[in-house]
Amino acid sequence: MPVPTPFHPRTSELCHSLLWKEWSGYYAVRSFDTCHEREYFALRHSAGLIDVSPLFKADLRGPGAADLLSLVTVRNLRKLRVGRVTYLCWCDDDGKVVDDGTVTRLGDTHYRLTGNGPLCAWLDRYTDGFDVEIEDTTEAYGALALQGPTSRAILVEAAGPEVEKLKFFRAMEARIGGVPVGITRTGYTGDLGYEVWVGRDDALAVWDRLMEIGRRYRIQPAGLDAMDVTRVEAGFVLCGVDYFAAHHCLIDERKSSPYEIGLGWAVNLEREPFVGQQALRAEVERGPVWKFAGLEYDWDDYEALFDSHGLPPQVPSGAWRDAVPLYDQRRRQIGQATSGAWSPIMKKNVALATLRPAHAEPGSRLRIEVTVEYERHTIGATVLPTPFFDPPRKKA
Amino acid sequence: MSTRYDAIVIGGGHNGLTAAAYLARAGRKVLVLERRHVLGGAAVSEELHPGFTFSVCSYVVSLLRPHIIRELELARHGLEIIPLDCSFLPLPDGDSLARWGDPERTRREVARFSRRDSERLHEFGLAMTQLCRFAKRIIDSPAPDPASLDPRELMKLLRLGQAMRGDSTDLRWLNYKLLTMSAADFLGLWFESDVLKAPMSVSGIIGTFLGVRSPGTAYVLLHHYMGEIDGAYRAWGFSKGGTGGVSLAIANAALAHGAEIREEAPVARVLVHGGKATGVVLENGDEIHAGAVLSSVDPNLTFMKLVGEEHLEDEFVGNIRNYKLRGSSGKVNLALDRLPEFACRPGDGPHLYGDIAIAPGIDYLERAYDDAKYGDFSSRPYINVVVPSLVDPSVAPPGKHVMSCFVQYAPFDIKEGPQRWPERREAFGDAVVDTLAEYIPGLRESILYRQVLTPWDLQEEFGLTEGNIFQGELSHEQLLFQRPTAGWARYRTPVDGLWSCGSATHPGGGIMGSPGELAAKTLLASRSV
Repeated sequence: MPVPTPFHPRTSELCHSLLWKEWSGYYAVRSFDTCHEREYFALRHSAGLIDVSPLFKADLRGPGAADLLSLVTVRNLRKLRVGRVTYLCWCDDDGKVVDDGTVTRLGDTHYRLTGNGPLCAWLDRYTDGFDVEIEDTTEAYGALALQGPTSRAILVEAAGPEVEKLKFFRAMEARIGGVPVGITRTGYTGDLGYEVWVGRDDALAVWDRLMEIGRRYRIQPAGLDAMDVTRVEAGFVLCGVDYFAAHHCLIDERKSSPYEIGLGWAVNLEREPFVGQQALRAEVERGPVWKFAGLEYDWDDYEALFDSHGLPPQVPSGAWRDAVPLYDQRRRQIGQATSGAWSPIMKKNVALATLRPAHAEPGSRLRIEVTVEYERHTIGATVLPTPFFDPPRKKA
Repeated sequence: MSTRYDAIVIGGGHNGLTAAAYLARAGRKVLVLERRHVLGGAAVSEELHPGFTFSVCSYVVSLLRPHIIRELELARHGLEIIPLDCSFLPLPDGDSLARWGDPERTRREVARFSRRDSERLHEFGLAMTQLCRFAKRIIDSPAPDPASLDPRELMKLLRLGQAMRGDSTDLRWLNYKLLTMSAADFLGLWFESDVLKAPMSVSGIIGTFLGVRSPGTAYVLLHHYMGEIDGAYRAWGFSKGGTGGVSLAIANAALAHGAEIREEAPVARVLVHGGKATGVVLENGDEIHAGAVLSSVDPNLTFMKLVGEEHLEDEFVGNIRNYKLRGSSGKVNLALDRLPEFACRPGDGPHLYGDIAIAPGIDYLERAYDDAKYGDFSSRPYINVVVPSLVDPSVAPPGKHVMSCFVQYAPFDIKEGPQRWPERREAFGDAVVDTLAEYIPGLRESILYRQVLTPWDLQEEFGLTEGNIFQGELSHEQLLFQRPTAGWARYRTPVDGLWSCGSATHPGGGIMGSPGELAAKTLLASRSV
């Protein structure tokens, strides 16, 4: 039985569709309307406000915090400057990804780690010898993702002009309606956007203030369905969908290295030892078994397939996450598309895929399974670089 | 009696019935002889108080092998299993812990006691699933014989080894740990909180005369973990109408295949002529002949009573005498006029719908064992409570409930001597009710009827020597190719034509059906009937 997040009194009032899902043990809105479309377009054209409180959070304090995080994760966090955020993943000894998330350096010896799953037991394995206090702050903070082109204007009005200067992947402290908050310029939509971190008791005041100011900027409460479409457009992998937490996998084939899920760029290999480093070095030498890639369905094939059944082309109404097989031109399976969506903003049918490296170069042609009227077919698809959607305003 | 059977099965418990069903299914003429007026052995339902049906002995189902359900079409013959969703642990300080099917909800509950433990539950479950996958290969076929040089035996051992080869090194080490550690220490590899370890560790002591800190109990933990319902490991369920429902479904399958079943037909002895079993003599003097005799009762009864030492070699008799039975548990069944209400979690909540453990800490459990070591029942025992009437209204009148309490420790060998158990029976029942009343203040007033079963009663009424619910401890020296004794683990016995098919054979006790199934299949493969 899920529990409410700190924003539940507001989200439950607004969720007319009664479409909820369970997210890490919390009630989370799938979409406020019966269709998520309005929320999606708000995220891309004005601003969407998403309750992301179920994200797991841990605060690490002490002189050993940077060393511990640099040992556990794939990045050297001693180099991260105060007020900056970085995206990363962490691995087991075999170099297989346990989870991905962000680290924010809030102070000289104060870091905040976020992730999809519980963080503390994993960190606890490595804390011996480090002068660090770890606090599970998942319950202590509510989190709101304010994402979309008008998000900056809303936050400037709500939290002050300093927000204007906040650069991509930077963090600052501010007040909204008198309430102290943390603001990071981060998000899961691949767009201009911010995440606001607030003590749970003050959560509603911040929600109310953002909604009130946001009205003039066409703010819209948004649910996970709309966010899911945007994260596919942004090419972000999702733990439990596009890859699986290594320490929760029953079989080795289910596990992935950072190089296999498109996070190789986050790995700093040449530095002092960290968990999984040896295995990752060996993998770089050997070459990964899989590669992460974006795909675009051939529209003409797609339309022709539906036409052969006497149907107009039907694009998926939301993001999907039931993996479908991918084949080479000789019909050998070469991987799978793990999630995908029709992108209303790009007018493209896209998917995120795990592929044999030989087929993963942008421009590669392959075949993807499509089911029409209960019949399985394959149609052509092309490998594209991710992110599919990458507006200049994201970093501007 | 002129009828001649291909096989006679002594004992109408679930294993005897399973063996009979498999033999009948293969076209053999089979007769099952049950001493009591009701089928099921220890998997039996009885209406002991008007309107209240008790699972008198065994009370939950999980280990029943899925392929037996399929092969005997038990669903068609009336088997219905209702899964348990929750494991509830009331604590004396007014707190409590409930573990649910919902992993996030469980994580949150456990985090109140240990955040670290709450985040490691998943990894523990994963490790147990991996160990179960290995164990499953072992329990679903007859035990290999490591002393044999027969290439077929060597191949079997090799296949087991290969099965393990696919597993990671870590998992292989874990397997050795499982075989050697205590349940409490094994759980300590993952968890720190007593409140979590205690109710989990009790699976390691059920039916054994060992404590949760005794080495070897970790394996028994797995034995209780590898049950599966509809493909899900660790799932336990209620049999509709009580566990007798399982036995009746198997009996129906046997009958449908043409087996004959007689109740109130106690066997006095096995007929042995020239070293070969040729049939049985009933207590009423009737002689019945058969090509094979299968005994589903324990080795002590089979060999010492029904066969007789004169037909056996001394060494074998010695081995059977040394076979550890030493029952350690009892059962208290209550008919209640209302739902039990726990002080720590009042009301008719979902926490009551699963199993409820009185096991507030490792020390508590170890102290309960201390009492037993020196010949007493535990003054504050481990109790596993279920209220099946919550999910199966057929077992109690509307608004009323049956409460089944498995109680450990109740040593067969109390210091007064086992035959004095009847005089201590009600004191034992009182200790159980007193213990429960500390958590359920209104319990005493709500009891309409109370049945107390001591190990002595399990022996006298159910034919379980020394009251051992598994027909012999599930300790390493009595498992696999040593169950019940080295050299005789493949369902044959030193008496030609006499076979064992009860829980005292591989893979052991619990409502599994495997001993009956594997014995029948081995007998059929031998082409001797």
